Amino acid sequence: MLADRDRIFTNLYGFQSPGLKAAQMRGAWDGTKALIDRGKDWVVSEMKASGLRGRGGAGFPTGLKWSFMPKPDPARPSYLVVNADESEPGTCKDREIMRNDPHLLVEGCLIASFAMGANACYIYVRGEYIHERNRLQAAVDEAYEAKLIGKDNVHGWPFDLYVHHGAGAYICGEETALLESLEGKKGMPRMKPPFPANMGLYGCPTTVNNVESIAVAPTILRRGAGWFSGIGNPNNVGTKLFCISGHVNKPCNVEEAMGIPFRELIDKHCGGMRGGWDNLLVVIPGGSSVRCVPADQIIDTPMDFDSLSKLRSGLGTAAVIVMDKSTDIVKAIARLSAFYKHESCGQCTPCREGTGWMLRVMNRMVEGRAQKREIDMLLEVSKQIEGHTICALGDAAAWPIQGLITHFRGEIEKRIDQYAANPHSDPVRIAAE
Amino acid sequence: MSVRRLAEKQPASFEFTLENQAWAAAEITKYPESRQASAVIPLLWRAQAQHDYWLPQKAIEKVAEVLSMPYIRVLEIATFYSMFNLEPVGKHFVQLCGTTPCALRGAEELKKVCASRIGEQRHVTADGNFSWLEVECLGACSNAPMVQINDEYYEDLTPDSLNKLLDDLAAGRPVKVGSQTGRVSSEPEPNKGTTLSDPALYDGSVVGSWKQRFEESMAAAAVAAAEKK
Repeated sequence: MLADRDRIFTNLYGFQSPGLKAAQMRGAWDGTKALIDRGKDWVVSEMKASGLRGRGGAGFPTGLKWSFMPKPDPARPSYLVVNADESEPGTCKDREIMRNDPHLLVEGCLIASFAMGANACYIYVRGEYIHERNRLQAAVDEAYEAKLIGKDNVHGWPFDLYVHHGAGAYICGEETALLESLEGKKGMPRMKPPFPANMGLYGCPTTVNNVESIAVAPTILRRGAGWFSGIGNPNNVGTKLFCISGHVNKPCNVEEAMGIPFRELIDKHCGGMRGGWDNLLVVIPGGSSVRCVPADQIIDTPMDFDSLSKLRSGLGTAAVIVMDKSTDIVKAIARLSAFYKHESCGQCTPCREGTGWMLRVMNRMVEGRAQKREIDMLLEVSKQIEGHTICALGDAAAWPIQGLITHFRGEIEKRIDQYAANPHSDPVRIAAE
Repeated sequence: MSVRRLAEKQPASFEFTLENQAWAAAEITKYPESRQASAVIPLLWRAQAQHDYWLPQKAIEKVAEVLSMPYIRVLEIATFYSMFNLEPVGKHFVQLCGTTPCALRGAEELKKVCASRIGEQRHVTADGNFSWLEVECLGACSNAPMVQINDEYYEDLTPDSLNKLLDDLAAGRPVKVGSQTGRVSSEPEPNKGTTLSDPALYDGSVVGSWKQRFEESMAAAAVAAAEKK
């Protein structure tokens, strides 16, 4: 188990004050100037060496992303945009950072902006997080007051930080949709290329990072890339916030070493499975958008990017949704289909039409009111959506269903048989005469 | 995607209060010059808060005027984002998370409570106190199931605690926001102190503890740079 002294988010649960004084006692804003004085090349190379992979789901190396920013040009200022539109079902980690450890995020914004030559940063908080936004704004105000950030701050890098918010659209967690929304438009993803590093916010070079990726940066720089990369497994290093929900005894958020085996994670922090380990049915290990993994495959798997992608699933945002044997798995996945239908922005036809089509079929399969050949048809349609849309929402809608069919085809067929065998109250068609 | 239309009965006019006008002017300065359209979501949100938590057509027009945007662009925003209520809502607007993580922990039972006490979704009770809506994941999954009532989250609910919460709200009694089972946030409950129990994290001893290694690595880097020359 990760030792307490190696945890970055030491106020994850809000037992201490989120204010500046208390945050400084916990080590935030400690020697930030010394870090900045070593120059942006050092910051970027240290972040690369740390092996930090983006915490928003895709796992792209953060240091590498920062190095993509072009040289500063006065006509096209660079921007850092922090993605705090945390909406992936199962994910609730950034919320705790914003309301309990906001100064780590504010400090991270300064350092990241410095590293990529940006003088302004926007944090896009999801609309529903009203208290989290207020807490974060209070931390920003405190930092301005103490001259830690601002045009004329003690760190010698002019920097403005703004808190912006959305109004309830999952799609705005996609980086280009987020930029569109921040520009005051509907959150519809843009075609890539051009990538945001060249044409981002207001047509200027922009980097979009997840809250957690930014908030861990100051601690990594202080304690050294070697410390961070020494935790976890090769290529999957560092600490990670896991959000565990569903049928465990004590659902919680916890910071753990990357690559902790699933069983250990649940036993150590969540008080074990509800009804014991024999009761585990299936786990969605990385937020609703990844394929589910049945009990026997997940139980001793290290929770990291590479091990989970070998199981054709993914670590995603490390939102671990645990389901026991009382779960109606078809219904649980059908509910996710309803989610994606609701959240599709409607820009690309395969996703707009496909999510609704898949939901209608899924709803019938929950009851068993379907034909067995429709299972393959559903799989085929999900493959027609996957990869044929501008953003990854189409893929995200397809994967849970593909995971269900891969692992639980028998369950769906059983239901169809049951429905066919039992008399039911469907209207019986009677000839007119 | 869902179809969202403006309410049939609309008020005749909408004007920001003086306080909100000043707030809007300050909000616009957060964005670069001529990029005032960026403030459209915050302004619509403020207009909605001022107008009993729903957006009339006149408010949408007003925001378009303040931001010098075409009306249709602002209407698009108001209909695209699901937190803008285009029809009147109850004084206590219950948004119940029904997505899978909450459903696994019993959101279905909470839906029954809302349906029996309040009625159909989007329907406002006769006294104007309540309306409810099933919404998608609200991002408090370790505290499932949960509802958002106006600005506040109420977490770790059971049908009983939701009933009590709604009773208290109806009677105007004070209620506890956040977890209804006494959790501070999303810590394991009961919390046996398996994590974050080391007092050295909080007594200030972490401050500066990294400096020695940092300075050594800095000196080593300087030596390496000098040798290169």
